[in-house]
Amino acid sequence: MAGKNKKSNVINLIAIILVFVLLNILTTSGIVSRYFAGILVTCFINIVMASSLNLTVGYLGQLALGHAGFMAVGAYASALFSIAINEMGMPATIQLVLSLIVAGIITAIIGYLIGLPALRLKGDYLAIITLGFGEIIRVAINNFKFTGGAQGLTGIPKIVNSNNSYWVTIVVLVVLYTLTRSRHGRAMKSIMEDEIASEAVGIDTIKFKALGFTISAFFAGVGGGLYAQYTAFLDPSTFGFMKSVEILTIVILGGMGSLTGTVVASFILTLLPELLRDFAEYRMLLYSAVLIIMMIFRPQGILGTKEFSLTGALRIPAAIREKKRAQNDAEGGDL
Amino acid sequence: MALLDVKDLTIKFGGLTAVDGFEISIESGELRGLIGPNGAGKTTVFNMLTGVYLPTSGSIVLDGKNVVGKQPYDIVEAGAARTFQNIRLFKELTVEDNVKIAYHKQMKYNIIDGIFRLPSYWNEEKKAHNYAMELLDIFDMRQSAQSLAKNLPYGKQRKLEIARALATNPKILLLDEPAAGMNPQETKELMETIYLIRDKFKIAILLIEHDMNLVMGICEKITVIDYGKIIAVGDPDQIKSNPNVIKAYLGE
Repeated sequence: MAGKNKKSNVINLIAIILVFVLLNILTTSGIVSRYFAGILVTCFINIVMASSLNLTVGYLGQLALGHAGFMAVGAYASALFSIAINEMGMPATIQLVLSLIVAGIITAIIGYLIGLPALRLKGDYLAIITLGFGEIIRVAINNFKFTGGAQGLTGIPKIVNSNNSYWVTIVVLVVLYTLTRSRHGRAMKSIMEDEIASEAVGIDTIKFKALGFTISAFFAGVGGGLYAQYTAFLDPSTFGFMKSVEILTIVILGGMGSLTGTVVASFILTLLPELLRDFAEYRMLLYSAVLIIMMIFRPQGILGTKEFSLTGALRIPAAIREKKRAQNDAEGGDL
Repeated sequence: MALLDVKDLTIKFGGLTAVDGFEISIESGELRGLIGPNGAGKTTVFNMLTGVYLPTSGSIVLDGKNVVGKQPYDIVEAGAARTFQNIRLFKELTVEDNVKIAYHKQMKYNIIDGIFRLPSYWNEEKKAHNYAMELLDIFDMRQSAQSLAKNLPYGKQRKLEIARALATNPKILLLDEPAAGMNPQETKELMETIYLIRDKFKIAILLIEHDMNLVMGICEKITVIDYGKIIAVGDPDQIKSNPNVIKAYLGE
C-alpha cells in the first residue's frame, strides 16, 4: 500500500510541476495576456477561499456564511503587515509568505473566538450567526481609522502574481488534503455524518468543530492575504454578504467534501463570467441558469464527495481494456 | 467493587418522572438484561448512563469514578460504549473508517504529524488499519471493509455498530435492542456474537431487548422496569414466574 502511495505522490508532483512550467511559459511568452493571467490569480484566490470553506461545510457539515468576513480580516492583516515591513527590503517571496502567515494566524484567532459560541448552534442558526459576525467584521473595518475606513486602504505592495499564488494554492490544497485524511479529519467527517453517534464513540465534537472552523478561518485569511497583495487596494464593501455566497456557491457546485471538485468549480465560476463579458446583459442570466441546471441534474455537485485522482485517471484505459476482455469472455462463454 | 454501580437514579422531564430510583450493580464480565414494556424508561436509563441526559438525582459510578454530569465522550473514555436502538452508523463512510473513528482516542499522533505525514502518522495509521481488520475479522466482515456502511445488509449494520462500540476499548458495553428487526436466524447469530464478545474482550454487557428468547437465553441476571420503577430483579427463571412481571406484560 505504501508503494502505491509513493507512486501516486510522484505522479502528482510531476503533474504539479508540469502545470507550473506550462503556466510560466504561457504567461512569460505572452501567449496569454496579462488580463488573463490576472484572471488566473483570481481563480487561485477563489480556490483557496472555497477549499477552506469546504472544510467547514463539506467535512464538518456546518453551514457557515461569514467566510468573506474572515477573508477581510486576512486581507487587512496581511496588507497592514506588508506595508509595515515593506521598507526592510526583503525578497518579495519572503515578504509574501510572512504576511500570509500573519494573516492566517490573526484570522484563525478571530475564527476561534467566533466559532466557540457560534458552533453551539446548528444548521440555519449557525448560518445566521456567522452571517451576522461576517457583517460585524465588515462594518468594524469600515469604521476603524487604521484600516483606511470606507475610503479603502491603499499603498499595499503588489507582490502576488500567477506564479507565487499558484504555489500558495498548491500548499493550501495539500495541507487540507492530508488533514482530512488524518484521524482528526476522520473525526470531523464523523461529526457531519452523525453528531450523536460521534459523541458516543468518544469524539469531543465541540473541540473538533472549533478546530475545523479555526483551520478554515486560517486559510480564509491566507486567501484574503493573496487578494490584498494582488489588488493592492482594499475596499471594505468587497467583503459583503454576496462574497460569502459566491464562495459557498463554488463549494456547492464543486461538491461538498471534494477538494478537486472545488478546484474545478472555482475555474468554472471565475472564468464563466469573464468569458460571457461579450454578452454583458445576459451574463448573470446565463450564470444563474448554469447553477440551476447543475442543481437539477447533479445536486451533489460536480464531483460529489469524490476526489479526482491522476493515478486513477491513468488507470482508466487499462480498466476499460479489462472490462472489454471480461465482456468478450462472457460472450464467448454464451456461444 | 462492582464495575458499574448505579444508585437511586431519577430523572424528571417537567412533571413526569420517567425513571424513579433506578439502581443496578454490574460486575465485570457479567451479562445483564434490562427489560420492560414499551415506554418503561429503558432507553432513558441508557441515555443517563452514557451522559446524553443529566439525571435529576442519583449516582453513577463507573470503574470507581463518578460519571454523573460528564459529557458523552468523557464517559466513553471512562469505559462505557453503547449502540443505538435505531442504527446510527456513519453511513457515507466505509466500514473500516467507521471502526477507525471509534479507535481515534487510541491513536497517538497530533495534528501536525497528520498534516505533514510524519513517521508517527504512518505507524499509527498502520496500527489502526491492522486493529480495524482484526476486529472486522472477529465479526466476519473483513471482505466488506471498503464498502460504505449504508450498503451493508441490516444484520451486518447492527454488527458493525457493535464492532464500532468495541473499538473504543470499553469495560462495559450497552446494547440498545440489538435484535430489533432481525429474523430468528440473525438473532441466533447475534446471540453467538454476544457470547463471543464477552469471552474475547472480557467485558460486561448490559442489554435492552424485547426478544425474550434472546434475553432469557443469554442473560445471567435480568432487571425489569415498568413506569420507570424496578419491579423485579433475578435470574431468567425467577423473572419468568414473577407475578409482577407477568402483570406488567400481560395485564391482570
